[in-house]
Amino acid sequence: MARAATNRHKLVVTLIAWTVGIVIFFPILWTALTSFKTEAEAVATPPTFLAFHWTLENYSEVQQRSDYFLHFWNSVVISVGSTLLGLLVAVPAAWSMAFVPGKRTRDVLMWMLSTKMLPPVGVLIPIYLLFRDFGLLDSRVGLVIVLTLINLPIIVWMLFTYFREIPGEILEASRMDGAGLRDEILFVLLPMAVPGIASTLLLNIILAWNEAFWTLNLSASQSAPLTAFIASYSSPEGLFYAKLSAASTMAVAPILVLGWFSQKQLVRGLTFGAVK
Amino acid sequence: MATAHSRAAARLTMSPAVILLLGWMLIPLVMTLYFSFLRYNLLMPGTEEFIGTMNYQYFLTDPAFFAALGNTLALVGGVLVLTIAGGIGLALLLDQPFWGRGIVRLLVIAPFFVMPTVSALVWKNMLMNPVNGLFAAIAKGLGLQPFDFLAEAPLSSIIMIVTWQWLPFATLILLTALQSLDRERLEAAEMDGAGAVDRFIHIILPHLARAMTVVTLIQTIFLLSVFAEILVTTNGGPGTATTNITYLVYAQSLLQFDVGGGSAGGIVAVVLANIVAVFLMRMIGRNLDI
Repeated sequence: MARAATNRHKLVVTLIAWTVGIVIFFPILWTALTSFKTEAEAVATPPTFLAFHWTLENYSEVQQRSDYFLHFWNSVVISVGSTLLGLLVAVPAAWSMAFVPGKRTRDVLMWMLSTKMLPPVGVLIPIYLLFRDFGLLDSRVGLVIVLTLINLPIIVWMLFTYFREIPGEILEASRMDGAGLRDEILFVLLPMAVPGIASTLLLNIILAWNEAFWTLNLSASQSAPLTAFIASYSSPEGLFYAKLSAASTMAVAPILVLGWFSQKQLVRGLTFGAVK
Repeated sequence: MATAHSRAAARLTMSPAVILLLGWMLIPLVMTLYFSFLRYNLLMPGTEEFIGTMNYQYFLTDPAFFAALGNTLALVGGVLVLTIAGGIGLALLLDQPFWGRGIVRLLVIAPFFVMPTVSALVWKNMLMNPVNGLFAAIAKGLGLQPFDFLAEAPLSSIIMIVTWQWLPFATLILLTALQSLDRERLEAAEMDGAGAVDRFIHIILPHLARAMTVVTLIQTIFLLSVFAEILVTTNGGPGTATTNITYLVYAQSLLQFDVGGGSAGGIVAVVLANIVAVFLMRMIGRNLDI
């Protein structure tokens, strides 16, 4: 009896949870489906759900009309480039904060965090003018620099929380065995830190890929990543739902897959270790 | 165990990150502060002059500022209430055992990974559009008049879009916190005859308090700077109906080229964000045991 009641309860919860999940996911599903419709079918009343003429023409048309892959490539260069550059600067910093903490380490960490809380409009004008004067407007280099800087605090913090979980005794042991600083980092620390670095990398690529304040304000036709490219659909001409859907699906799909893999790290990374 | 040698090395390894962030934060901020005391318009180069606090007086007495302040508060407050209430509900749901839990979890967190311009345009065109949108089709199917969301309830519509984006974040954090709850306490309370509501109010909610604070503070930081969603849906309009502080400063500086006025607005935004940041920093700092 109790078993049957538990199973019935589980069935009810299953139904509710799946309904809620599908409702929340629906805008994404709908976009993906619409990307395979013709423009006429995309606005048909009543809307067709699955029984429509499936086509890939929107995907090829988006590419032909607007050089989609230039913008896709911009997104890849900017998000991966800024993440790698950020790691290069942040790994040594997080290493020393985690293993050789001094009196001020805590203050430095908190101060780094505070830079993340600076609203971007507070520095929009100087950055815009500096970029204009240095010829960095609408350049991938400029966007890599800005995204490296805005995500650096998150990278340092995430790495710090991971590094701190590596037992310090291991380092002492390797030091006793005569390992120098370089060997200590290369052969002892890095192998143990690889999972932490990998998840930091993943989360940061996601954040940089979706960043939509600086990319919208500092890029134009040449360096525009997908966030800015898609924004050009806000003043469209003619029927565009299917093409918007195709462009959106390609922009979201790769990062959605990465995001699903990194869901555990997400909590830690975005709460600065306050919730694990 | 740290030697003088390793301490020096530590300082050295830290310096690039510190110098970069210091440069990133201080130089532009000082420039903004300086511009905010100038009459400085990009369309009239060479006419810059020191005008004291005029820009601030102008910005802070502009009706658009009060509208933007109100909209910012409504947007932040509305999204916070909806995501936290919805997040608690979803966390309680996803915490139960059911078939396909892993998949439903993936479905629920998916909106967080959709870039802001895509989610705003998809909602604006494919769901909320009064002629071709899905909501209009559903309304017509039910014999109702389609509702023009972004024209008639622009701010609420944007709150809805942003809530959809942030609900996964709140859910994920609250779910993580919920899963660290000691099950035996719940069972003990149940044996003592506490009903579901009592258990929720007296055990679950207090346990989630910390996570709720974290969600509130972090989301507030990001929600104060909502920009792309407004830019691609309403451009801050109609009128100033959906202009928040971030969008107002953007419009003043990059659309009207008023660097001085925009800078004053930027400084005001920094001050507002700092009020929230102080609380967040104190909270994170308390959990940081070095």
